[in-house]
Amino acid sequence: MYSRAYKTVIAAPPLLWVCLFLLLPYALMLAHSFWIVRDGFLVHNWNLQNYRALFTNPLYFQVFLRTARIAGSVTLCSLLLGYPLAYYLSFHAGPRKELLYQLVIVPLWVSYLVRGYAWKTILGSDGVLNGLLQYLHITREPVSFFLYSPFAVVLMLTHIYTPFVFLPIYAALEHIPRPLVEASQDLGADRRATFLRIILPLSIPGLLAGATFAFVLSLGDFLAPLLVGGPSATMIANIVQSLFGAAYDWPLGAAISVCILLITISLLFLTERIEKRWSFR
Amino acid sequence: MSGAAISPDHASLADALLEVRGVAKNFGAACVLKNISLQIAAGEFLTLLGESGSGKTTLLRLIAGFEQPTSGEIWMGKERLDALPPYKRRVNTVFQNYALFPHLSVRENVAYGLRVKSTPKAEIAGRVEEALRMVKMTGFADARPATLSGGQQQRIALARALINRPELLLLDEPLSALDANLRRQMQSELKALQREIGIAFLFVTHDQDEAMALSDRIALLRNGALEQIASPREIYSRPATAYTAEFIGQTNLLRGEINDGVARCGSLQWKTPEASGPALFSLRPEAIHLAGSAHDASGVVRFRGTIRQQIYSGASELLEIDRGENQSLRARIPAIGSLTGVREFVFSTRDAVRVTESSGAHGLSRKDHEPQ
Repeated sequence: MYSRAYKTVIAAPPLLWVCLFLLLPYALMLAHSFWIVRDGFLVHNWNLQNYRALFTNPLYFQVFLRTARIAGSVTLCSLLLGYPLAYYLSFHAGPRKELLYQLVIVPLWVSYLVRGYAWKTILGSDGVLNGLLQYLHITREPVSFFLYSPFAVVLMLTHIYTPFVFLPIYAALEHIPRPLVEASQDLGADRRATFLRIILPLSIPGLLAGATFAFVLSLGDFLAPLLVGGPSATMIANIVQSLFGAAYDWPLGAAISVCILLITISLLFLTERIEKRWSFR
Repeated sequence: MSGAAISPDHASLADALLEVRGVAKNFGAACVLKNISLQIAAGEFLTLLGESGSGKTTLLRLIAGFEQPTSGEIWMGKERLDALPPYKRRVNTVFQNYALFPHLSVRENVAYGLRVKSTPKAEIAGRVEEALRMVKMTGFADARPATLSGGQQQRIALARALINRPELLLLDEPLSALDANLRRQMQSELKALQREIGIAFLFVTHDQDEAMALSDRIALLRNGALEQIASPREIYSRPATAYTAEFIGQTNLLRGEINDGVARCGSLQWKTPEASGPALFSLRPEAIHLAGSAHDASGVVRFRGTIRQQIYSGASELLEIDRGENQSLRARIPAIGSLTGVREFVFSTRDAVRVTESSGAHGLSRKDHEPQ
């Protein structure tokens, strides 16, 4: 048993860290969201004006809806890519497993910005993709809608978050005892039935964890819309960024942030409940 | 090998339920099974006995369909089994650690085999009830496997495997995870159940007592080869090889030779109908008795020896007898109290069973391929 003093000493640094760099900023953010800016100056005048603006100005709602749509698409696409990949690696890759696993992980070592700019060079008017299409005589002129569209944002974010979706699913699949799969086949279930009745249900915690990663991280992304999205793909985090920057309206930015935070927390809470319901060990 | 002949009560295996023909299995360079041939009769309790790494679980997995034989064939009636995927084979398996589906209730676990075959709901309910009654688990239908004890999970695994009414049930060390008392109880229940439903059991174990207690026949595997297959009584009283004699029960191995109908092992000698040549005999400890006037007949061998050690175990005691000539023998006699000094012993020549050195299964990989 450890003494109380020892426990305090051990726990103090992380606690201090969390208080200073997490709780305090959040408290400040919450406070700001109830203040206002008047004549270019922050006024510590408690009111609900910022929240009222959020719910009455349709622009914010629109942007928020678009953000959710993009995050949802990214989640769906990463699941459609990540799940089959994880399934293949876990059940059928055999001796190639280790190598393939490393290949999936490697992109995580490459800077987010580098990957963003890479997509810019691929999708741009004189980019690699257009060059290829013209070379193959599929298009006559450069196609401009690849870049600066919600499509480009979904593409880039899917590329970035698929490994995040892959990892928890792969871990969940690896934890399924193989005798369960054999028992299912032994009892007369073919591959399809075994997948639907045994493997899929038992991988739901991993699937949910992956989906949550992709959705929550995409929801708060502001670099992808900046790099490849353009005005038609402005996301909620871009609004927050401009409110804290050029527009100098910290209170409104804080109010939006508080909303995003609440949505994220309730999402995490919800998925954790469902994950618990589907864990059996 | 002469001892590998099937025992009399199963001599006519023309109606064999399952037949394994010359099956071999390699994992990479390791030869795990080589040229195994055996038959299982309908309703028979056949045990695959062997040390870990002997290939017994691999043979079971080949029959279940989880592994493919490198060569050889497996037939069930007129159907070639080894060409079919596991889900098309009419055999079911009880797995070592039960392999119950953790996300399904006991009822859903047991019903699984019927569900995937789209059996009508009304029929499923009735048959699940029946299966749970058979293993005495009727009250647990809505429980989750994780809430059950090992013995209870074992019963559910059994009910689940029997729901499809297989003609052959494969059991992979099903009792090895249970504690000793529960294990004995499950052994007798398992045997009773097998008799009651009358289907063939192919049972894998490394425990020779379990094999002796349960089986109609025992197939002893060693380093991937079949050492002997016979009824428990025959395999004990007529072991074909030195390995069998030592693996099943205890024995004394006497090395010597036979010349013109006389066997000589050191100073011991007796008449034998066996052919001349170097010979190895297995003599069970309980075949050696303290000499008395009653044993003064023909067909017995007498010898004197010093008692070096006496181990009392209730009804009987084990003596370690030093005969000189670097030969010591173990004898199991009814408990009679403390013995010391030099005594005279006898054994019947009938009990000295000539065994072969081994079936030539040396030099094989002993790597254990039994999966977890």
